[in-house]
Amino acid sequence: MKLIPTAAWIRTAAIAALLLACGLPTAQAQLTIKITSGVNHPVPIAIVPFAEAPSDSVDVAGVIQHDLVGSGRFSALARTQMPATPTHAAQVAFPDWKSTGVDYMVVGRVVPLGGGQLAVDFNLLNVLTGQSVVRKRFTGTEAALRNAAHRVSDAVYQAITGIRGAFDTHIAYIADVGAGAAQRFQLVVADADGYNQHLILESRFPIMSPVWSPDGKWLAYVSFEDHLSAVYLQRVRTGQRYRVSARAGENGAPSFSPNGQELALTLSGVSGYPQIYVLDLHTRQLTRVTNTPAINTGAVWAPDGRSLYFTSDRAGSPQIYRKSLTPGSFPRRITFTDSYNASPRISPHGTRLAMVTQVDGRYCIAVQNLKSGAFRVLTQGPLDSTPSFAPNGATIIYAKRSDPNGGAILATVSVDGMTGMTLKPTHGAVQDPTWGPFPQH
Amino acid sequence: MRRIVTVMVLAAALGLAACASKPVKPASQSAAGAAGAGAASQGAGSGANAGEGSLGNQQSVPGPQQGLLADRTIHFAFNSAVIRGRGIQIVAAHAKYLADHPSARVRLEGNTDDRGSPEYNIGLGMRRAESVRQAMLLQGVSPSQITVVSYGEERPVDPANNPIAWAKNRRVDIVYLTPTQPAQ
Repeated sequence: MKLIPTAAWIRTAAIAALLLACGLPTAQAQLTIKITSGVNHPVPIAIVPFAEAPSDSVDVAGVIQHDLVGSGRFSALARTQMPATPTHAAQVAFPDWKSTGVDYMVVGRVVPLGGGQLAVDFNLLNVLTGQSVVRKRFTGTEAALRNAAHRVSDAVYQAITGIRGAFDTHIAYIADVGAGAAQRFQLVVADADGYNQHLILESRFPIMSPVWSPDGKWLAYVSFEDHLSAVYLQRVRTGQRYRVSARAGENGAPSFSPNGQELALTLSGVSGYPQIYVLDLHTRQLTRVTNTPAINTGAVWAPDGRSLYFTSDRAGSPQIYRKSLTPGSFPRRITFTDSYNASPRISPHGTRLAMVTQVDGRYCIAVQNLKSGAFRVLTQGPLDSTPSFAPNGATIIYAKRSDPNGGAILATVSVDGMTGMTLKPTHGAVQDPTWGPFPQH
Repeated sequence: MRRIVTVMVLAAALGLAACASKPVKPASQSAAGAAGAGAASQGAGSGANAGEGSLGNQQSVPGPQQGLLADRTIHFAFNSAVIRGRGIQIVAAHAKYLADHPSARVRLEGNTDDRGSPEYNIGLGMRRAESVRQAMLLQGVSPSQITVVSYGEERPVDPANNPIAWAKNRRVDIVYLTPTQPAQ
């Protein structure tokens, strides 16, 4: 996205710099992951420990195994069950591996290239045929070794499932740490597996509704500095930010258009109901989309950029509607199941609608097929919220509140509802997770 | 050694450039709790120049304290913005005070319980604050004396997940502004 900020927007950038901080304490910040349910027929695979150049570096095979098992589509052979530790295909005695029951195995090694650069070589082998399925080399800095491991996961996942992997991606979320006068809200960016947490913004006031630009370079979010809500855009790498909406009343629920040139958002004005608008980020022209005496909020774009899905309680309870951006068109109600459907999210291909729904008093994540209308509740609740699709559409991340006394944690669920896991932070509560786009390698 | 490598990865993975160019020192955040507090006091203090309001320091609450006026919270039923029972009297008492003191100003902060959609809850909190604002305007308060904000589910008074906590959190707080605080 090319964004040309106007002078008025630039002024807030200086203020933003003072609010920024970098890095989170890594020892406390790691997330633990727990598989909560399993798919019917996961593919058995062995991820053999890689030959590692720096002796005490990242466990590359461990990262890959964690990714693949976490997707629910694979089951991994325990290292203690492995008959050997080959790092080249030529070293593999296939009959020994066949007897362990795995269909595939990954062997590889980390090769130092000098100057802090490393290569990760891997070979995905079909154990039944003895053939190589895919072999590749990823190069990068030693510091980015975890990311290289995620790229191996992506390649293995795609070779076996036919679906592009989304392990080498990022998530953003809000962490709520401390209490009372020490309470802080943090906007955090992390790898999709919860590692490499990076503090983007910290404030004594609430921060909410972060969303990624389509190119992954920007985050838009709502911040309540000075008790006033405002929508900001912030460059993830530099921290430079622009306040793009600080009108009287609510400024909320930003969402980038698919081409990154426009922002849907919610404005209430001094008095009155929250309504949805579209802000052109270049001309700053504001176009009103909804106009009903009801709450209209939480707009997201259809992938073709021609319509918005949003939450409205115009019919009494919150439900999801779709409105074409063609002038004069009328909104159409999309959800009819249950009395509460909100927080719409559209899958990358535009075929599925994820939302939070209320089932017997429990708030759960559900998915509706936009073609067939089929509605499926994916999670058990009781207090799940803010779903967000992975860029490959296979997984949804959401905030899960299950501790009766505590805040939310992050959790993922596959779109078929078969596999879920939690990413539990070791301090603070987390909310509003949002999955970033595919990286631009 | 493994931890050192992790730190290196962290620095490289995403926002290394942000660290290099920004004034907040990473060194100020060496431990979880202290890090949060340290960085934030720099950030919000010098950056946002935040008024205290209902956040943070609560030792001296501005505004009138006598009788019903000491009560600053109006509670609501689930998914409702209707002022009921004692809430009607509280709103009336503050409306009378504000009408009698045209220089006094308040911020009405709408809040919800933390179930469901955060964005929808902002709308619901706004509706509650607006409900109180309209009641005050009908009782002679000037629009210029009132500003509203909705925090939705972001600022619960009780973070527990049970019906008692939820009932406490569905509220509008009336916050009297000191003369130096911006109304808007």
